[in-house]
Amino acid sequence: MLDVLQNLALGFSVALSPPVLFYAFVGCVIGTLVGVLPGVGPLAGISLLLPATFGMDATRAIVMLAGIYYGAMYGGSTTSILMRIPGEAASVMTCIDGYAMARRGRAGAALAIAAVGSYIAGTASVVALMVMAPPLARVALRFGPPEQLALLLLGLLVLAYMSSGSMLKALAMAALGLLLGTIGIDQMTGYMRYVYGVVELGDGLGVVPVAVGLFGVAEILATAGAPTPPAVIKPRLRELLPTRDEWRQSTWPIARGTVLGFLVGILPGSAHIIASFVSYAVEKRVSRQPQDFGHGAVAGVAGPESANNSATSGAFVPMLALGVPSGPIPAVMLAALMVHGVAPGPLLIQNQPALFWGFIASMYVGNVMLLILNLPLVGVFVNILRVPYPYLYPAVLVFSILGVYAVNGSVVDVWIMLIMGVLGYVLRKLDFETAPIVLGVVLAPLIELSLRQSLAMSDGRYAIFVEHRIAAALLAAGLGLVLLNLYTFARRGLDWRSRMALAEKGESS
Amino acid sequence: MSIGRVSGAGLAVLALLVVEETWRQRLPLGSVANPGPAYFPGVLALLLLAAGVAVAALAGGPRVSSLDWTEWRHGVAIFATCAFCALALERLGYRLTIFIALGFLVGGVERKSPIATLGFAAALALGTFWLFDTLLRVPLPRGALGF
Repeated sequence: MLDVLQNLALGFSVALSPPVLFYAFVGCVIGTLVGVLPGVGPLAGISLLLPATFGMDATRAIVMLAGIYYGAMYGGSTTSILMRIPGEAASVMTCIDGYAMARRGRAGAALAIAAVGSYIAGTASVVALMVMAPPLARVALRFGPPEQLALLLLGLLVLAYMSSGSMLKALAMAALGLLLGTIGIDQMTGYMRYVYGVVELGDGLGVVPVAVGLFGVAEILATAGAPTPPAVIKPRLRELLPTRDEWRQSTWPIARGTVLGFLVGILPGSAHIIASFVSYAVEKRVSRQPQDFGHGAVAGVAGPESANNSATSGAFVPMLALGVPSGPIPAVMLAALMVHGVAPGPLLIQNQPALFWGFIASMYVGNVMLLILNLPLVGVFVNILRVPYPYLYPAVLVFSILGVYAVNGSVVDVWIMLIMGVLGYVLRKLDFETAPIVLGVVLAPLIELSLRQSLAMSDGRYAIFVEHRIAAALLAAGLGLVLLNLYTFARRGLDWRSRMALAEKGESS
Repeated sequence: MSIGRVSGAGLAVLALLVVEETWRQRLPLGSVANPGPAYFPGVLALLLLAAGVAVAALAGGPRVSSLDWTEWRHGVAIFATCAFCALALERLGYRLTIFIALGFLVGGVERKSPIATLGFAAALALGTFWLFDTLLRVPLPRGALGF
């Protein structure tokens, strides 16, 4: 423990030096901006700014890029809460209850809870990263393709089970999302699937155009021409801070989101996105008032926002300890380190202690900076709602088009966003949830690859999923959820999800 | 016919179209032990088909005719604007495309005054271009006319 404290002191001596502090600040500001703007996610932001770090030393470069990453997690909640447009994919779940809170005049409270939850999760997960990195990385290494497939399937089933209304409809939407996720090059054989000669579709549908279309454009299509367009909420200054009751309601979701996000973060995949989905599902399950979810539940904001921030630190565990990126963002950061001649891996801590511990300490400093940046700006962000809707929705549409285009510089993404917008609009009318589609698009390539890798490992034997204990346990848990739902259906009783669906129908009619 | 029945039937038809398209593209199915590129989409299409049939079979509730489509005029205008942006972005350039799109939405659809429309459209088109392209170095299209 004394060693850790001594190393941390070394880290703070690096992180608090003016140049490193400056680049951490720049990273946090850019990250917040990247998160606030719909479509420009952390991956696009980091990729765009990677060349700008080539002239810096390795510590400053990695500190700035990390600042962009967790800054985007903070900023991503803003447009989700104020406009129901996810600033980046991990904020999709915040759209649901954050926007509902805003409609009820609690936009400031939702933004403040998201910022504080992100701060607590970010700071706590850095402590966990510092103390638990080596043993947790070893556990993550035991996750082979069978375990990963079981975990991903469980994630989908949990989401379907927790969704309001019919599990059947949620599973149908997940299947639709998975199908959309199969568009593009087959990773095992190189066959092109459903691309119709459009070269840009070879890499598959991007998460950004799908999420912005299903949530942002669909919302604009549904509300812009409504007889009574969404009321422009004008909160007063004293309404900007959460009430004591709202703080109390957010305490445990923040704690659960922090732990869950960190654990999901160290596993391979788009961790920060999956963490927010799973956290939302868990909060809904453990809540005493699950019927409040979708109508402005504080836990529906606090949990996912904490989880996606915590997952960013978790994702650094395999990257720093093993030199193995757990997703595309750590992969880009890994590339940044290698450009500077630093080889990440088990020897990094021994060979480059100033870089490793300076990076850890800069994350503490960065989280404080982000809280200071975000809390006073809550009032500024809320003022966006004062703009009359006939001006607001065209502006949101422009930011959506711009953000989606900027990711790959391709109009194909704008078309995808538009098609998804129409699909989301029709599905909303037909009483389907669209969140499982986004998760399906993210998970499809991972699920397919891990299934085929598992079968390649076992020579085509499906028994591999039973022989691997962790995989078997995860699949059994998923099966349990399906059986639980069938049991409820057989009893033909109204459980909390049926009641919630009825309440939603009553509200909309 | 109820909303559930129509949506269930729609999902089932979509699943059948995927199966047909997979067959038309001649993607190898592989085997259960060694799945090919058509295997995973095929299984998903069958799942979607089953889910669609189940949704249609278990459907009750309100009828399709009860759905409210009063916002369709706005919806069509917004769709047309987005489609125009996708078509014109790389031909006319970002600034001109966004200026025209905003002019149509604010002036044509929302019936705001010409001065307010022109001011808003010009400010947003030029302001976002300056912020992203000039300041953040995100390359935005300039079009054949060079702006």
